[in-house]
Amino acid sequence: MGKLIRFLPLILVLALGVVLYRGLSLNPQDMPSALVGKTMPSFSLSTLNDGNKTVTEADLQGDIVLLNVWATWCPTCKYEHPYLVDIAKNPQVKLYGLNYKDERDAGQKWLQHYEDPYVFSIFDEAGTVGLDLGVYGAPETFVIDHHGIIRKRFAGAIDTRVWRREFEPLIAQLIAEKKQGK
Amino acid sequence: MKIINILVIAIAVFFTANNAVANAIDTYEFDDEVTKIRFQALSKELRCPKCQNQNLADSNSPIAADLRKELYELLKQGKADIEIVDFMVNRYGEFVLYRPRVSSITYVLWFGPAVLILIGIIVVIVVVRRKPVDKAQIALSAEQQDKLKNLLNDK
Repeated sequence: MGKLIRFLPLILVLALGVVLYRGLSLNPQDMPSALVGKTMPSFSLSTLNDGNKTVTEADLQGDIVLLNVWATWCPTCKYEHPYLVDIAKNPQVKLYGLNYKDERDAGQKWLQHYEDPYVFSIFDEAGTVGLDLGVYGAPETFVIDHHGIIRKRFAGAIDTRVWRREFEPLIAQLIAEKKQGK
Repeated sequence: MKIINILVIAIAVFFTANNAVANAIDTYEFDDEVTKIRFQALSKELRCPKCQNQNLADSNSPIAADLRKELYELLKQGKADIEIVDFMVNRYGEFVLYRPRVSSITYVLWFGPAVLILIGIIVVIVVVRRKPVDKAQIALSAEQQDKLKNLLNDK
C-alpha cells in the first residue's frame, strides 16, 4: 500500500495526459444541435425560384427530409454541390434547400449554372429560419424524420465519406422506423 | 513608488481599452441607459457560436453580428434577460452561455474545483497529523552505542 501510493501522482499525471491527448483530436466545431429531437421551427417564406410561391414547414413533412443550408457566398457549398446532386437521386430521401442570407438573382443563377438538386429551396434572405435552426454558417444539413422532427444536424460539407459515416446509418434507421409505422 | 505608478497606468489603460472594444462595435441606439447596460452585459455573457473563444461583443463574424442584432431586437421588445438567454439556448444550445447552468452535465465543471480543493486539504491534514515515527526505534541499541564509542575512541 505504501509503495503504491508513491506511484499515485504518476498514475494521475498519466491519466490526465491521456484525457488531454484525446482532447487534441476532438473537433470543437462538432457540437450537438439544441434542436435535435424538436420539431422543425415554423416559417412562411417564398421559394428561391418563385417569389410568389409561399412555403411553410408543413411542405417539408411526410418524408425523410434532408434540409441543406446553402448560399452562393459560401465556397464550401460549391465543393458540396456535386454530392448533393448525387444524393438527390436517392428516392428514399427528399432534399430541400435553405438559401441562407443570399440574393435571389445569385441563387437562381447558381442553380441554373450547376444543377438544381433540391425539390425547392426556401429563400431565407434575412436568415430568420437559419436563426431558428441555430445555423451559424453554411453549409449545414439537417435530417428531419417523417414526423417533422429534427434528428440530426451536420455542420460542414457533405462528401461521399461524410455521407457514408454520418448519414447512411441514420437514414437506414429512419426508413426502418417508417416501415414499422412508428 | 515608480512601480506603483506604472501599475496604476497599466490598469487604467487596460480598462479604457476594454471599454473601447465594447463601444467600437456598438452602433445601436438605446432609449435608456439600463437597456444599454443590459445589452453590453448580455453580449459579453453570450458566446459566438462560430468563433468559440469570443463573446458576441468581441466577435466580428457575421453570425455574431446577426445575434447582436437579434439581442437588440429582443431587448426592444421588452424581453427579460432570462427570456433572451432561453431564446439563445433553445437555438444554439447550452454552449452559448459563458457561464453554463448547473445541470447534471455541468456538475463536474461547477463542483470539480471545490472537490479537488477539499481532497487537497484532506491530504494535507492527513500528512501533517500523521504520528511521528517512534524515536526509540531510531535510537541506537546499547551494542551499537558501544561500537560507535570504540570507533570514535580509535582516533
